[in-house]
Amino acid sequence: MSQDKATLDAKTVAKIAHLARIKVPEEEQAHLADELNKLLGWVEQLGEVDTNGVEPMTSVAAQTLRRRPDQVTDGGYPDAVVLNATDAAEHFFSVPKVVE
Amino acid sequence: MTNLTHLSMSDALDGLKKKEFTAVELTEAYVKAVEAARPLNAFITETPEIALEQAKASDARYAAGTNGPMDGMPLGIKDLFCTKGVLTTAASHILDGFKPAYESSITANLFRDGAVMLGKLNLDEFAMGSANITSYYGPVLNPWTGKDPAAAERKLVPGGSSGGSAASVSGRFAIAATGTDTGGSIRQPASFTGIVGLKPTYGRCSRWGTIAFASSLDQAGPMTRTVRDAAIMLQSMAGFDPKDSTSVDMPVPDFQAALTGDIRGLRVGIPKEYRVEGMPAEIERVWQQGIEWLKEAGAVPVEISLPHTKYALATYYVVAPAECSSNLARYDGVRFGLRVEGKDLQGMYENTRGEGFGKEVRRRIMIGTYVLSAGYYDAYYLKAQKVRARIAEDFAKAYEQCDVILTPTAPSTAFAIGEKQDDPISMYLNDVFTVPASLAGLPGMSVPAGLAADGLPLGLQILGRPFDEVTLLRVAGVMEQAAGAQPLPPFCR
Repeated sequence: MSQDKATLDAKTVAKIAHLARIKVPEEEQAHLADELNKLLGWVEQLGEVDTNGVEPMTSVAAQTLRRRPDQVTDGGYPDAVVLNATDAAEHFFSVPKVVE
Repeated sequence: MTNLTHLSMSDALDGLKKKEFTAVELTEAYVKAVEAARPLNAFITETPEIALEQAKASDARYAAGTNGPMDGMPLGIKDLFCTKGVLTTAASHILDGFKPAYESSITANLFRDGAVMLGKLNLDEFAMGSANITSYYGPVLNPWTGKDPAAAERKLVPGGSSGGSAASVSGRFAIAATGTDTGGSIRQPASFTGIVGLKPTYGRCSRWGTIAFASSLDQAGPMTRTVRDAAIMLQSMAGFDPKDSTSVDMPVPDFQAALTGDIRGLRVGIPKEYRVEGMPAEIERVWQQGIEWLKEAGAVPVEISLPHTKYALATYYVVAPAECSSNLARYDGVRFGLRVEGKDLQGMYENTRGEGFGKEVRRRIMIGTYVLSAGYYDAYYLKAQKVRARIAEDFAKAYEQCDVILTPTAPSTAFAIGEKQDDPISMYLNDVFTVPASLAGLPGMSVPAGLAADGLPLGLQILGRPFDEVTLLRVAGVMEQAAGAQPLPPFCR
């Protein structure tokens, strides 16, 4: 396929893991790199398909997106919204402090 | 008295109308069956109190003559459908304790029509898998065991991701179940357990309130013991839903009326590319038999070509992980489910998601994140979307020559837990025959076609034109008739 494809190393895996916000312990990074490389290597076969002039398929729905009037149709139940929060206070979701 | 749990849904509905038994009696029989089937691990949550409450209300409706089309039918609900006030897990640790404040459109439709909920069924974590072995709640066992006594000791998978759904319907501890199909998750488990599984056209059933895996592919459908039951259940599930922007606003036909048995002159496409290398002779034999059955009923087999078939799996394993990495971004330990503290907010996110997601889900999120990342988007994601267009085009061309397509559902019968786990790709190959139609958004159905030499069920897959579930069901009905009565799984004998 194209030259902009890299073989993943442990460092790249750590970067992807960070982008995905998933903690991957250092000792697992090499193994995961190996697995991801195998999968990406297998996917390389798509390069054999001639897709010149082909529009990318973004949806199988045979319709354009519907529009509706810009009106509020739902809401007004904060209790239900925060019902499953691990830490809620006065209808707010609480998270660890982010401002120093 | 007849064994209530062995009745088909259509027979059970007749029995209720004729007052041969009550909805409470039917539900009680199923609640007992669910308890007896615990060793199969098909349910994550049992809801017998809700079921009996609903059954009582159902009896009142029968007495008043206001009963709905599925009144009193005890269903299993795949634990990917949000159910108001009832634990909904997607078989993931990350949704610990999640009790939705709302009801999915699919379950709401089923309850509107009188259905009873026995509980929430096990599945692969976030519906990612083909063997129901990635569930946080442990694997589901197939009610089928092999013919050979040594093989009977092996614990077989029910297929996946709708493994609990397939096991409960096949094992006679749910009269029918909801499934979802992203790349074959209704059809492949239906084949592995000897039941009927229907994936409708994308847009036919609402996705609202169903936990998302890959939004351009996910579609809910019925898993039942008979083709007629699939028609009855699809009737209740289907329909336009303004809350799902991809739900299609078109009339829902009368699916039971499709079961005329008349397929004379119907052209049945046989794709030559589905004869894959290394496919067991048994699969080929069953496929040929299916062709014969349809020919005897007056249909005309036509050889067709779907040239991009071999690229479907690789396309799927770019598109589906990309969509999953985006959809699963919402599990962050803030709004629902598990939270694992960290040194700061970022640390909390990473710890929560590192612990909360299982191995396969993590792998797919990582692949998806990579193929969507700057520098690789065009080479992987855009390329896959273009190949997807090619695959869809193959089907559009094929349907100029035929009305439906007949293929095997899966390249093997059920395998044992632990097999095909050496590398992810060998597991992905399970879906080689089901993924292409998913990518094209087409309806597909698996119908039991008897037992293979190893004594395990095998299904045949019928694919149709967009929104032509009616023809699918008609062909499926003919095939069911030709295949004759199917044996009970060893678990029920």
